[in-house]
Amino acid sequence: MVPLSYYLALSGILFACGVTGFLIKRNIITIFMSIELMLNGVNLSFVAFAAHWHALSGQVFVFFVMVVAAAETAVGLAIIIAVYRTRETLNVDQINLLKL
Amino acid sequence: MLHLILFLAFGAVCVAGAVNLLVQRHPINSALSLVVVMGALAGEYLLLGAEFVGAVQVIVYAGAIMVLFVFVIMLLNAGVEERTKGSRVALLFGIPGMVIGSVLIAWVLLTRSGSGEVAIGALPGPPKEIAQLLFHQFLLPFEVTSVLVLIAIMGAVVLAAKPGPAQPEKKEE
Repeated sequence: MVPLSYYLALSGILFACGVTGFLIKRNIITIFMSIELMLNGVNLSFVAFAAHWHALSGQVFVFFVMVVAAAETAVGLAIIIAVYRTRETLNVDQINLLKL
Repeated sequence: MLHLILFLAFGAVCVAGAVNLLVQRHPINSALSLVVVMGALAGEYLLLGAEFVGAVQVIVYAGAIMVLFVFVIMLLNAGVEERTKGSRVALLFGIPGMVIGSVLIAWVLLTRSGSGEVAIGALPGPPKEIAQLLFHQFLLPFEVTSVLVLIAIMGAVVLAAKPGPAQPEKKEE
């Protein structure tokens, strides 16, 4: 038996790592990966609560989160490719103009 | 006891991978450590009994999404990220912030939350029962996500398509 709070703490730590990566990273692709890390942290708490409350719908929500994350990744990476084509850089500090 | 040991092992791999993602400077190293995090999380899901979610985690996240990331990194030939003034400030405030935040979250959860415990394989989530829920109770959200994925596909193709030369004008006759 593992306390539920252990799972939630792990989930919180993963989420905090994702937030930190979002803040300190300067490469736009790594920032995007940090967002995926945050989504994974939340998924873990979904599954842990589903097991705790014996409600299977928690696992269905994880499925939906994964679908949305996949769609978001496809669009986001396409945006990154479009940005790289016009700016020739992936550093977010140099991407500071809406229009070239 | 076995459950706790397995949980701690997978959790240690998870946290190590997440920290490695932050430490590495090259995006491809970050991507590979994210694959490690996702694989270890699949192990945690299996410990909780969520076999379907664990399998989908490996196939979709560690498989499809990360392949997409690695592909884009190699396509754009992304190199080591350079440190700039802004990133040093973020480093200065971000890392203490993360440590304080995660310690606070972990402390509150470990001391203040109730004494709920989860047994190993507490809630088996076989594909059959997930499908029962998905195609009865959650049918409308399921269909909406299919529309979302379709729009995402079209958006990705439109955004990433090379802006080719303008359409050749029709010859005047």
